[in-house]
Amino acid sequence: MKVLVPIKQVIDANVRPRVKADGTGVDLANVKLSINPFCEIAVEEAIRLKEKGKASEIVVVSIGPAKAQEIIRSAYALGADRGLFVETEERVEPLAVAKVLQAIIAAEQPGLVILGKQAIDDDSNQTGQMLAGLLGWPQATFASKLEVDGDRATVTREVDGGLETLALTLPAIVTTDLRLNNPRYPTLPNIMKAKKKAIDVKKPEDFGIDITPRLKVLKVSEPPARKPGIKVASAEELVKDLKAAGVL
Amino acid sequence: MTHWQLTEEQGAIEEMARSFGEEHIAPYALEWDEKKHFPHDTLRHAANLGMAGIYVDEDIGGSGLKRIDAVVIFEALAKACPSTAAFLSIHNMVAWMIASYGAPAQRTEWVPRLCRMDWVGSYCLTEPSVGSDAAALRTRAVRDGDYFIVNGTKQFISGAGSSDVYIVMARTGAEGPKGISALVIFKDMEGVSFGSNERKMGWNTQPTRTVNFDNVAVPVSHLLGAEGDGFKIAMAGLDGGRLNIAACSIGGAQSALDKSIRYMSERSAFGSTLDRFQALQFRIADMATDLAAARIFLHHAAHMLDEKLPDATMTCAMAKRFATDIGFSVANEALQLHGGYGYLAEYGIEKIVRDLRVHQILEGTNEIMRVIIARALLGR
Repeated sequence: MKVLVPIKQVIDANVRPRVKADGTGVDLANVKLSINPFCEIAVEEAIRLKEKGKASEIVVVSIGPAKAQEIIRSAYALGADRGLFVETEERVEPLAVAKVLQAIIAAEQPGLVILGKQAIDDDSNQTGQMLAGLLGWPQATFASKLEVDGDRATVTREVDGGLETLALTLPAIVTTDLRLNNPRYPTLPNIMKAKKKAIDVKKPEDFGIDITPRLKVLKVSEPPARKPGIKVASAEELVKDLKAAGVL
Repeated sequence: MTHWQLTEEQGAIEEMARSFGEEHIAPYALEWDEKKHFPHDTLRHAANLGMAGIYVDEDIGGSGLKRIDAVVIFEALAKACPSTAAFLSIHNMVAWMIASYGAPAQRTEWVPRLCRMDWVGSYCLTEPSVGSDAAALRTRAVRDGDYFIVNGTKQFISGAGSSDVYIVMARTGAEGPKGISALVIFKDMEGVSFGSNERKMGWNTQPTRTVNFDNVAVPVSHLLGAEGDGFKIAMAGLDGGRLNIAACSIGGAQSALDKSIRYMSERSAFGSTLDRFQALQFRIADMATDLAAARIFLHHAAHMLDEKLPDATMTCAMAKRFATDIGFSVANEALQLHGGYGYLAEYGIEKIVRDLRVHQILEGTNEIMRVIIARALLGR
């Protein structure tokens, strides 16, 4: 079974994002960019399926500016077999991404698609769901456990009340949650081998898909600074203040 | 030719080594230091990622990288714990020596196990009364049929007692450097014994012991290279070893600097945080500048060794002297900036100072580095 893993390059989780002075977005110049942590978990899960003999080939796909090709190499270093990169300088929205993926899936015919549940930059949490909708495939989002047996998959997901288990018929879409696995480190020889592997580069036009954004960003701003609290001398005073604030 | 910036692969290598250190070494380093714990399991994990045979050929289990890649790795690991990173450097030297000078059977039999760290390796050159003047060493190996009978004592041996494999420089011939041979001696050979774990200022995550050889019968097949090649092999390992130790100093000092910057933004005195005082700001600026200079110098030296350029040995000695002196002074300055808290173990600064101090002494003292540099410039 072929497993397709769409991945995204995002601002590194350890970087403090800064809003551009003109308020049009987050400043990405000279900022460390990395593979989205949820996408890395998706790659790891695909590798584990391959190690268990459940997957035969892992194809990673990314859509973004030329620099984002780096994350295909990162995925190669972890163990992905083949990479497809769709290059665009345009801001891509989840629906556009889902449409491009739909076209790729039509050509690649994977048995399973594993995506991160969301990207930590815009936190849209939509691509997997939209892709399942476009394809008419079953979906299991926020997976914390995934088991594949023949043409069936069992997914455990964390819900507010506990754990929910879903059974799916493949092909299907699974999106990963944080506790699905702990991604491995790439080995030194694999990092070097990744450099030599080819990446298949395409453009959105190659799929005949219009990725023009449908949403208009009006303004991006920093979250308001937290105001300092006050210190109270006694429990009575605290109750009085809370009543005055209307929360009691 | 100078590396102004890391390549994309070196960036990925740095990130891997640093994240590995942050997750698997840094959280435990203070405890390992306090309890004198040798983290064999963690080192084996590092070996699985290719960090135990960094510049060993891939066909015998190594990663096939260059010295410049290695210094990137050791700096990244030393940010988490200079002592643990430095031990891994010694092990790498052992694996590399057998890979470079070993006969085909030695390479294919021993090196893959060292690269997986199923075997840990140590290097035995120094003796109780022979340090900087290594060519005067006294450990003897006398040929007896298919064996060398080895007698003598090696001093300050990192990893001794824990390591499985020891490359031992011993005298098989006349006085002077040409009478020295390199032998591979296993821990469990009859007549090999170890002194107690030395109490020392730093480097506590690796044991340091004397190694005693009492009529140890070492098969002739354990000779590395030809008889009389020992000193040449010993010296060949040192250029790279010096680069790695320099990298460990820069990594440790960078971590001390990073901690200081954080501390100064949190600690207040006289109504403002420390990072608002210009006198202290300037010290941070100087520390960062010194470290940047040392790092660029180190990368330059590593490049020269990779390219086998004529002045590589001299430049490695210069970089070792410079980077280990700068590393220690930056760490010591970081301790000062932390005030009383820097002196407490909990803040992790005093450990770095203790660990980096020995880098000015080992892999050739910094005085010997000056001898090497002066000889290259002035002749003998």
